[in-house]
Amino acid sequence: MTLPEVQAPARQEALRPPEVVTARRPLRWLAGAGVLVVLAMAASALITNPAWEWDVVGQYLFAPSVVRSVLLTLELTALGIGLGFALGTVLALMRLSPNRLLSSAALGYVWLFRSVPLILQLLFWYNLALLYPRLSVGVPFGPEFFTFGTMDLIGPLTAAALGLALHQAAYAAEIVRSGLLSVDHGQREAAAALGLPPGRRLFRIVLPQAMRTIVPNAGNEIIGLVKGTSVVYIMALPELFYQVQVIYNRNGRVMALLLVAALWYLVLTTVLSVVQHYVERHYGKGRA
Amino acid sequence: MSAMVELRGVHKSFGPLHVLRGVDLDVPKGQVLVVLGPSGSGKSTLLRTINHLEKVDRGSVRVDGRLLGYRQAGDRLHELPEREVLRQRTQIGFVFQSFNLFPHLTVLQNVTEAPLSAQRRPRAEVEPLAERLLARVGLADKAHAYPRTLSGGQQQRVAIARALALEPKLLLFDEPTSALDPELVGEVLDVIKDLARGGTTMIVVTHEVGFAREAADAVAFMDAGRVVELGPPAQVIDAPAHERTRAFLAKVL
Repeated sequence: MTLPEVQAPARQEALRPPEVVTARRPLRWLAGAGVLVVLAMAASALITNPAWEWDVVGQYLFAPSVVRSVLLTLELTALGIGLGFALGTVLALMRLSPNRLLSSAALGYVWLFRSVPLILQLLFWYNLALLYPRLSVGVPFGPEFFTFGTMDLIGPLTAAALGLALHQAAYAAEIVRSGLLSVDHGQREAAAALGLPPGRRLFRIVLPQAMRTIVPNAGNEIIGLVKGTSVVYIMALPELFYQVQVIYNRNGRVMALLLVAALWYLVLTTVLSVVQHYVERHYGKGRA
Repeated sequence: MSAMVELRGVHKSFGPLHVLRGVDLDVPKGQVLVVLGPSGSGKSTLLRTINHLEKVDRGSVRVDGRLLGYRQAGDRLHELPEREVLRQRTQIGFVFQSFNLFPHLTVLQNVTEAPLSAQRRPRAEVEPLAERLLARVGLADKAHAYPRTLSGGQQQRVAIARALALEPKLLLFDEPTSALDPELVGEVLDVIKDLARGGTTMIVVTHEVGFAREAADAVAFMDAGRVVELGPPAQVIDAPAHERTRAFLAKVL
């Protein structure tokens, strides 16, 4: 078969493909200019108004007591997320268990700890000694081996970490469960058909794939908790928010010190967002 | 010749759906059995009972003379602990219709995972084995690629290498080419034919009648949860005795 010969274009210009000219969008330009004006106004309001007392902000931003309180905030966040997700993973696995008792227990836990406001839970843990002055280790309903005073065992830091972790676990359980459910059933089946032991199936095959769904939600939770730790100020723990209150109650520089706290929260969440980006990329391996 | 697979009176229901209605089947060692039959006839379920991915409701499944998934005491079958079932499964390779490769692991890691963690063999022995197997299915250069970057045919060949890495006595294929684009079916069937010539006992559930004619020692035709007809391909495919076999072949050929 022969193809009809392609006709040479009559004029030389026709050989060059026509250029594309993008349409003008004057309204978009106008909107952009509007945003710039608003931003400039906001910046000017922050900088030129002496009531913000930027010199005081600078003076307290790296004050040792503030830095210590930032570290405590980080410690509470790490404990709350670490313990919370560890317990949450156990709860998620219980929830998915064919054993009805295990799954209802997990469901009950999530129901209870999601329903009661965090601040109330913290106060319960803080005042646990009023309810149970002594705690002991022993056989359930049987003899006791060790007994402790609740006050000695659960100080404000333990109570805060415990309260945050137990509350966080209820949310973490749902996040981990949704992640486990997002993994294709064929993956579990293939792992079972290959004879992989149960622990290996979970930690090598299912969880790494579930992490793609878990990490973005967990990132939300971690960032939420960095700021959420500020509620433990009711337990007089010198975390960031409590510490700036202590300082401004002493020197009266309220706005400047609130700004110090805001800047630190901004830094912490920014760092965490960057970390989250890399963690997501790690678990996105093998997915285009 | 002794049987590699022996099914006796196997029944399986999913709720009200009675999928397997008393299947008896013997597959001698070294034989390649192709199972044909219409959708819903119980072919895949049958295959899945042979490595205990589905538990049978009644009847027995023996592989290489040993009862699968159960221990017999008198006339009762007691379910084995999971560890035992997993050990038995490592002797049976299974290839899925939808490949089910682990997307977050490289091709090589997919192939070495089971020998390393289920059979606890040393890496120094498993990795060269995996590389040989990948070469055998024509994918030596893809060892460090992720499954997502491969074509369907290549993924299924990796899945076959993964099943072979356990050095199983028996290979089960569940419609291995049904999820593939037509032009990729041939490369997968070629690998399976090559294995068939190598003397491994295999059961292949498929719709590829041409493959059955070429590679099978025996063909079983299933309909409505029973094996209706069993015999050499020339007999079952070219001169079917049963009316339902004839009706099915008339539609697919």
